[in-house]
Amino acid sequence: MVGGFRVGERLHAGGMGVLYAVSGRDPGFPLLMKVPRLGPGEPGEAVLTYEMEQTVLGALRGPHVPRLVAAGDVAEQPYLVMERVEGRSLKEWSDRAPLPAAEVARLGAAVATALHALHEQEAVHLDLKPSNVLLRPTGQAVLIDLGLAAHAHYPDLLAEELRRPIGSAPFISPEQVLGIRGDPRSDVFALGVILYELATGQLPFGAPTSPAGLRKRLFRDPVPPRALQPTVPPWLQEVVLRCLEPDARARYASAAQVAFDLVHPDQVALTERAGRLRRRAGLRELLRWLRAAGLEPTPPPRPTAQLSTAPILLAAIATSHGNEAQFEALREVVSRLLAQRGETRLACATVVRPAPELGGSAEEAASEQRIKHLVLLRHWAGPLRLPPGRVSFHVLEAADPAAAIVDYARVNHVDHVVIGAPPPDLPFKGLLGTIPTKVALEAPCTVSIVRPRGGR
Amino acid sequence: MKLALLADLHSNLAAVEACLSHAEAHGAEAHAFLGDLVGYGPEPDEVLDLVAGHAARGALVVGGNHDAAVVDGRTETMDRTAAAAVEWTRRRISERGRRFLAGLPLVARRDDALFVHASAAHPRAWIYVSDQLRAAESLAASDATWVFCGHVHVPALYHATTARHAAHFAPVPGIAIPVAPRRRWLAVVGSAGQPRDGDPAACYALFDAAAATLTFYRVPYDVRAAVAKVRAAGLPDRLALRLEHGK
Repeated sequence: MVGGFRVGERLHAGGMGVLYAVSGRDPGFPLLMKVPRLGPGEPGEAVLTYEMEQTVLGALRGPHVPRLVAAGDVAEQPYLVMERVEGRSLKEWSDRAPLPAAEVARLGAAVATALHALHEQEAVHLDLKPSNVLLRPTGQAVLIDLGLAAHAHYPDLLAEELRRPIGSAPFISPEQVLGIRGDPRSDVFALGVILYELATGQLPFGAPTSPAGLRKRLFRDPVPPRALQPTVPPWLQEVVLRCLEPDARARYASAAQVAFDLVHPDQVALTERAGRLRRRAGLRELLRWLRAAGLEPTPPPRPTAQLSTAPILLAAIATSHGNEAQFEALREVVSRLLAQRGETRLACATVVRPAPELGGSAEEAASEQRIKHLVLLRHWAGPLRLPPGRVSFHVLEAADPAAAIVDYARVNHVDHVVIGAPPPDLPFKGLLGTIPTKVALEAPCTVSIVRPRGGR
Repeated sequence: MKLALLADLHSNLAAVEACLSHAEAHGAEAHAFLGDLVGYGPEPDEVLDLVAGHAARGALVVGGNHDAAVVDGRTETMDRTAAAAVEWTRRRISERGRRFLAGLPLVARRDDALFVHASAAHPRAWIYVSDQLRAAESLAASDATWVFCGHVHVPALYHATTARHAAHFAPVPGIAIPVAPRRRWLAVVGSAGQPRDGDPAACYALFDAAAATLTFYRVPYDVRAAVAKVRAAGLPDRLALRLEHGK
């Protein structure tokens, strides 16, 4: 018995600690106990990572981390009791890589979604790798082993203690190699390494063991995935290489944006990255720039401050009703929101009823309908003059438009929905509710309901 | 036991009262005042009466550089604005208030916590603990688990590392930070009466000894009224602007 828990079988013995199955209290889910290795001769690192994991795990909520149930006093008997996640390690998939693009995208989107949930709560994982990701039977990803994590609400116990880079050599970002901790885009880099490995079966930077080997990723590009695995589609290479940009500012600004692209491959804006078949030269310039910058580890912005530079905005445009005044009002509000933020992504969506079978090929009718509405969406967004990577277009087919918009917002981590107000003369709207009011009630984010001037 | 920590009150009664009532609502049972009770602001006697009342009920009080200057009149190390405010205070302060200031120690110790206005390394030298080096020096001067100080007017939390360095952390208001006694901590609790980090709201910290957590708080108060009082008292206008902008 430890801390009121009955200790069962040993599940795993790792470098930093040992895991046991435990029982005794019944929180409604299976439990495990993590005991750090603190004996003589063991590194002090184990104590620090134990304390960090306790603090960070204790502060996090939601399905993407194991729930913390109890912790022992580090001075007496340190242990963490947490949810024993029923799921399979992502390592099982990476061991079978290369995998088909669709599967890579599905797994990657699940990991990106979990990362975004952490970042939204001010935490950065900083030790993301396949063995630290579990996939629940539902497909949801759970991130484990938060001993190297950082949380903007709490002092970083590791930053000053460990002068060498910490983390797993194949996966850590260039800025982590330089000792900078706390940037959510470091996790985006590690996600890029995971995607690369899943898509090609190889590690983009190998598994270096020396400091010089680690530093290579500061100035040396990985071999493009398509050069190793020609079946990798250009959109996937685009996503992977953008995650792996050595300069954090050139990467995706948030994990939510990576998830978005992995869920909508047809909307990925292809750049030179997509077609690259050999390494880029000239990255030495970046290294020189980093040297000139003095390599002084400047504190990165708080995770949510970084995320707030890159929100996803959903404009719900009722293309079935050609209300020009409404379109204009929506465009004005969207353009105001876009002006505030540097890397806002705009998703333009409309909902159409599933095409009825009118004789002929239903498939053909549906496709024609989709194209017609895509054209209308593009026409609506034209005056906003957004570059290709910042805007995407979606025709959703559903009988219930409000449910379709809410669902879209949830799946795509939308931060803000902008939708037109119902026309003032709509009958029974007080009784039946309207699409915008339903969206406002049920969406997982901010909703703006836009009314044209003099429209009331 | 929850201990409210206030520093750099600077004769700003409304700000101090706002912190004290916030602390009471959050369960504070004891108080420590970390110096610079007076100077800059227009209400020295009012603030000192309030602090002396707490001291009579067991609160810890240590003196700061402005308090010392008001007692001995020596302002040669101060800038012109600070010196002018000290002169103003010396003309206005009651004998009762002056005697209270004259009796303040520079350092106080209770259990594993040390209380000082500036650096514990040289309390009378009024060193600003505003970087990791100064924090490490102040930590090295005692064996206290927790060192609480003020003087800098910007809240910060440092912890001693195994290499005897100090790591810096900028606290987020309202978050209870674990400060377990297995390492040593130094907190600059921020300024109640004259914040200088760009946020004009009064700042103080609440130490929960049982849970070993420290929470920094920002408490909005009527800054416009405080600014008007500074101007009405004929104190330098720069001091009014400082309150208004919090820097």
